[in-house]
Amino acid sequence: MTVSETVSKTKFSDLTRMPDARGHFGPYGGRFVSETLSFALEELEKTYLSLRDDPDFQAEFDYDLAHYVGRPSPLYHAKRWSASLGGAQIWLKREDLNHTGAHKVNNTIGQALLAKKTGKPRIIAETGAGQHGVASATVAARLGLECDVYMGAEDVQRQKLNVYRMRLLGARVIPVESGTRTLKDAMNEALRDWVTNVDNTFYIIGTVAGPHPYPLLVRDFNAVVGREARRQSLEQIGRLPDALIACVGGGSNALGLFYPFVEDDDVAMYGVEAGGDGVETGRHAAPLASNAPRGVLHGNRTYLMSDEAGQVSDTHSISAGLDYPGVGPEHALWKDVGRVSYVAANDKEVLEAFRELTHMEGIMPALESAHALAHAKVLAPTMRPDQHIVVNLSGRGDKDIMTVAKIDGIEF
Amino acid sequence: MNRIDQRFSELKQQGRKALIPYITAGDPAPQYTVGFMHALVEAGADVIELGVPFSDPMADGPVIQKACERALKQGTRLIDLMQMVKEFRQTDTTTPVVLMGYLNPIERIGYENFADQAASVGVDGVLIVDMPPEEADEIGPLLKSRDLAAIFLVAPTTSYQRAATICAHGEGYLYYVSLKGVTGAATLNADDVAEHLAPLRGLTDLPLCVGFGIRDGVTAAEVAKVADGVIVGSALVNRIAESVDAPETIAGQLKSVLAEMRTAMDA
Repeated sequence: MTVSETVSKTKFSDLTRMPDARGHFGPYGGRFVSETLSFALEELEKTYLSLRDDPDFQAEFDYDLAHYVGRPSPLYHAKRWSASLGGAQIWLKREDLNHTGAHKVNNTIGQALLAKKTGKPRIIAETGAGQHGVASATVAARLGLECDVYMGAEDVQRQKLNVYRMRLLGARVIPVESGTRTLKDAMNEALRDWVTNVDNTFYIIGTVAGPHPYPLLVRDFNAVVGREARRQSLEQIGRLPDALIACVGGGSNALGLFYPFVEDDDVAMYGVEAGGDGVETGRHAAPLASNAPRGVLHGNRTYLMSDEAGQVSDTHSISAGLDYPGVGPEHALWKDVGRVSYVAANDKEVLEAFRELTHMEGIMPALESAHALAHAKVLAPTMRPDQHIVVNLSGRGDKDIMTVAKIDGIEF
Repeated sequence: MNRIDQRFSELKQQGRKALIPYITAGDPAPQYTVGFMHALVEAGADVIELGVPFSDPMADGPVIQKACERALKQGTRLIDLMQMVKEFRQTDTTTPVVLMGYLNPIERIGYENFADQAASVGVDGVLIVDMPPEEADEIGPLLKSRDLAAIFLVAPTTSYQRAATICAHGEGYLYYVSLKGVTGAATLNADDVAEHLAPLRGLTDLPLCVGFGIRDGVTAAEVAKVADGVIVGSALVNRIAESVDAPETIAGQLKSVLAEMRTAMDA
C-alpha cells in the first residue's frame, strides 16, 4: 500500500489502536536505529508491555502522580481573559502547577518506574527548555540514580536557571556543541551516550518521538492530562469542550491532552507549532503547519524539516522547548487523517499572549504554552460565549523571565 | 554477479582477507574524493565504503561527525556522490563501492530514484546505519531488483534470534560492529570479536567483516585472523582532518595508513 492509501483507509476510531506491533502509526513512527540499540529497545518494549496493564504498576504510577506530582491538576476557568477576547470560554489545564512546573514530570515518573524495574543505575535525558531535564533530574534524585542531561549549548545559555536547578538536583548537565547546538543535537548526543553505555543506562526520552516504544509510552504516561480534563469538563462545564488547544514541539503535552478525546468527533483539536519569525520566512520550527516533507530522524519517520538533499534544517523559535525540526509520528498521522488542525504562532504573537495571561489572570505561562494561548486568542473570538475551549497550560513561565527581560532590554 | 560477491569469492580462492576503507565523500572537498578512492585501491583496498554526509550522524563519533560537517560545508549532496562513483568507474570497473550513511537523504530523493541512480553509476551495495531489516520492506525489493546488495549491521548486543533475521535479509557481507559505542570510540578486543562471530558462521555464508576500533596494522591483522574482512574508517578520516590545509598530501597519507594494514594482514 502507498502512503496515501494507508492514510486514507485510517478511520478516527483506528487512531486508538495505534501504533501497530512494530511501532508504526500508519506510514510514520517505527524503529530506525543502529543495530546496537535494537536489543535495548526490544527489552524496553517487552518490559513496558508487560506492565502496561499491570494493576500494581498502574497503582504505583497513580500514587506517585497524586502524592509526588500533586495531581489532579485543576481545570481553571480564565473568566477575565475570556471576557476580554469576547468569544468562547477559555479553560486552562493547569499542568504548570505540577511538581517541577510542567507536564514533563508525568512521563519521567512513569519512565523512572520502568528504569527501576530494569535495574539500571544510570539515567540519561535530552532537554531543550530544561523542563524535561529538570523532571528527569528530579526523579533520579528521588530514586538515587546517577543522571546526565544533554542540552544544546545555545539552550544552556538561554535557560540558565533550569541548568542550575538540574545541578542542584545532583545531575550533570553536558552542553552539546555540535550541529545547531539545540534540542536535536542534544538528542543525537544522548543517543551516542546510550549506544556506548546501553548495559547500565536507561534513556528517558522527553517527548512522543524517538524509536518505538518511546512514542507509545510517553503518550500513555501523559494521557492522564486528557483523562482528567475530560472528566473535569463534564463536571465543571457539564459537557465536553468544543475545542482543545495545545502547543506542539515533539508533541507530548498535546498528545497527552488530545488522546483521551480522539473518538469525541465533536471536539475540535488544534496543535500549535512554533512559527518563529513566521512560517513564510522559513525561520520557524513548524514541520506540520509548514507541510515539511516526510523524513527519518532520531529513530522515527515523521514530518521533518530538511533541505532538498535531506539535510536537517536549522530551526528558529523563541522557545527552546519547541525548537525541534521533527514532531512525534502520531501527530503526523493525525494531521494526515485530519483529526487535528496544526497551525503555527509566531514569536511576536506568543509574547503578546504571555503578557496578556500574566496581566489578566495572574498566571505566567511558559513560552512553549504561550503558543497554545496565542492560538486561543485567534480562535475564541470566532466562537460564541456559550462555547468552551480547553487550553493545555503545559508549563509555568518562571524559567523564561530572563528571556522576556532581555527582550524588554532589562539586565539583572 | 555483483562485484562484491565476485571480490569475496576471489579473496577466498587466494586465502586473503578483505580490507575495506571508509571515507566520507566530499571531505575535505568534493573534488578530492575520486582521487582518494583510487589511492585507496592502489594501497590494497578490496571494497570501498563511501560515506554519505549527514547533518545528524547519530551513530558516529566526533571524527566522522566533523568529516560530515566539512563535506556539507562544501555542499556535498547524495546526487554528487553518484557523480563521484560514475567518475571512479571510468577507470576502475572492478572494485566494489558501497554507499554508507543515514536514511534521510535517501528518503528525500525517493527510494526508487535512489536505487535507479545508484545502479546506473555503478554502486554495488548500500549500508544504511539507521535502517534495520525490519524497516527495509519498501527499499529492499528496489535494491534487490537492481542487484544492489543491502548490507546490514550486527552488534555485540544483537540476540541470536535477531542475528538470524538479519542474516536472512543481508547481502554482500555482514558488518559486525565490534563494540558498543560510536565510530572511532575505542580499540576492539579481538578475542571478544571471535567469540561473537562464531555463532554467526552457523547462520550465514555471507562474509563477516568487522568494523569499529581498528586503528593500525596490528589491530587489522588481529581481526583478519578471525574475520573475512576488516573495515577501517576513523583512522583514515583522522588523517584527512589533520591535513585539511594541505589537501594535496592526503591521498599519500591515506595510502600509507592503508598499506601498513594490508601488509600486516597479508603477513
